[in-house]
Amino acid sequence: MRVELDEPKCVASGQCVLAAPEVFDQRDEDGVAILLDESPAAGLLDGVREAAAICPAAAIRLVER
Amino acid sequence: MRRILIIGASAAGLAAAETLRREGFDGTLTLVGDEPDAPYDRPPLSKQILSGEWSPRRLPLRASADLDALGLDLRLGVAATGLDLAEPAVRLADGSAVPYDGLIVATGVRPRRLPGQGAHVLRTLNDALALRDRLGPGRRLAVVGAGFLGAEVAAVARGLGCEVTLLEPAPVPLAHTLGEQVGRMLSQVHLDHGVDLRTGVTVTEANGGRVRLADGELVEADEVLVAIGSLPNTEWLEGSGLTVADGLVCDAYSAAAPGVYAAGDVARWHNPLFGTSMRIEHRTNAAEQGMAAARNLLHPEARKPFAPVPYFWSDQYDMKIQAYGHLRGHDGIAVVEGDLNKRRFLAAYRTGDRLSGVLMAGLPPKVIRPWRQAIAAGAKWHEVVGGGTPSAGAVPAPT
Repeated sequence: MRVELDEPKCVASGQCVLAAPEVFDQRDEDGVAILLDESPAAGLLDGVREAAAICPAAAIRLVER
Repeated sequence: MRRILIIGASAAGLAAAETLRREGFDGTLTLVGDEPDAPYDRPPLSKQILSGEWSPRRLPLRASADLDALGLDLRLGVAATGLDLAEPAVRLADGSAVPYDGLIVATGVRPRRLPGQGAHVLRTLNDALALRDRLGPGRRLAVVGAGFLGAEVAAVARGLGCEVTLLEPAPVPLAHTLGEQVGRMLSQVHLDHGVDLRTGVTVTEANGGRVRLADGELVEADEVLVAIGSLPNTEWLEGSGLTVADGLVCDAYSAAAPGVYAAGDVARWHNPLFGTSMRIEHRTNAAEQGMAAARNLLHPEARKPFAPVPYFWSDQYDMKIQAYGHLRGHDGIAVVEGDLNKRRFLAAYRTGDRLSGVLMAGLPPKVIRPWRQAIAAGAKWHEVVGGGTPSAGAVPAPT
């Protein structure tokens, strides 16, 4: 599973960091999300799916491969 | 359960549909929406779409391939007109009836309007494009209502070079929700950006080129936007036996009746974290509640109360406002970080003896996270705002 982050869409809500702190962080200056791990381990995927689902900007996409 | 029907194809309805599939529901999943477009995002309508920064092509909530992969019976451009709980089935405007085993109501809200003809409202993509096409340098825009929507539109319109008059009945915009101090600061931001903000004025009629105030004065403009709040779309539920009271009334599980759940702007549910009934018109809640309703419908044996810390944000000029919790009806407010006058601050809100909310602008995102955790944990005010000596400016909220 690969994670894609559409950075210009991000609204800096930080909901992804709450759902999957191992995979997402936020920039200090503007809060825009940072993708820490674009191929997260299986054990992290539930959190990543949660992050993609609750992202208020629909800026996170999971791509199966 | 073989047939699940979701009425409402925006953020809440889509989140519910995706959650059902993700959790293994492989039966017939029907998603009905009254707009012709595939599910799209609304917050950018008053921001990047209105400013012209984004094309509408960026609005769909999911790529069409991702939407197709859900295997939906997708019915767009058709409204629900009635619910028969005994059948059970939902009647649609095209005359058909859709039977179901489980139902999720996510019909959202529509703008409140004023008497008159030709004024804009802003809820749908078409609304946003119609207004965008009329804005530009030197155009005069009158915005009725200085809530979040009106404030965002005023900010975008100033950025486009419009002359903006912002008309608000309250003495201080947003004071009821955010407190008088924060409301005054936001008012000053509008004034600094050249908005003609008029408070304490009631508009009785809004037309294409002018608005009429309660004292009879006419305010001329090229375009008028009415942004005075929303009404839940519940008329189609009349006579169904479900309880409607400013939204479809639900319990703590987001259930309105056995096998019937609600999510998003239309749902009024009991949030056990705050011990009160609420109806939240924020983007994040739509997704969270759609997911919660889907899970509770699919797994009745393992239902969980829906007890979120609500979140919202608003972009106005170069300022981003973010808030967690339930600020409305607060009893007190204290600025606990930064400086309100410098527009870099975090304000804490007290309801009874609880920390009920926080609002932040201009500070790094990490500052607000522990406060959100404190709200989620049900923290007492005196535990987190320094026992009787809260920092700068703890004052009673306006009544």
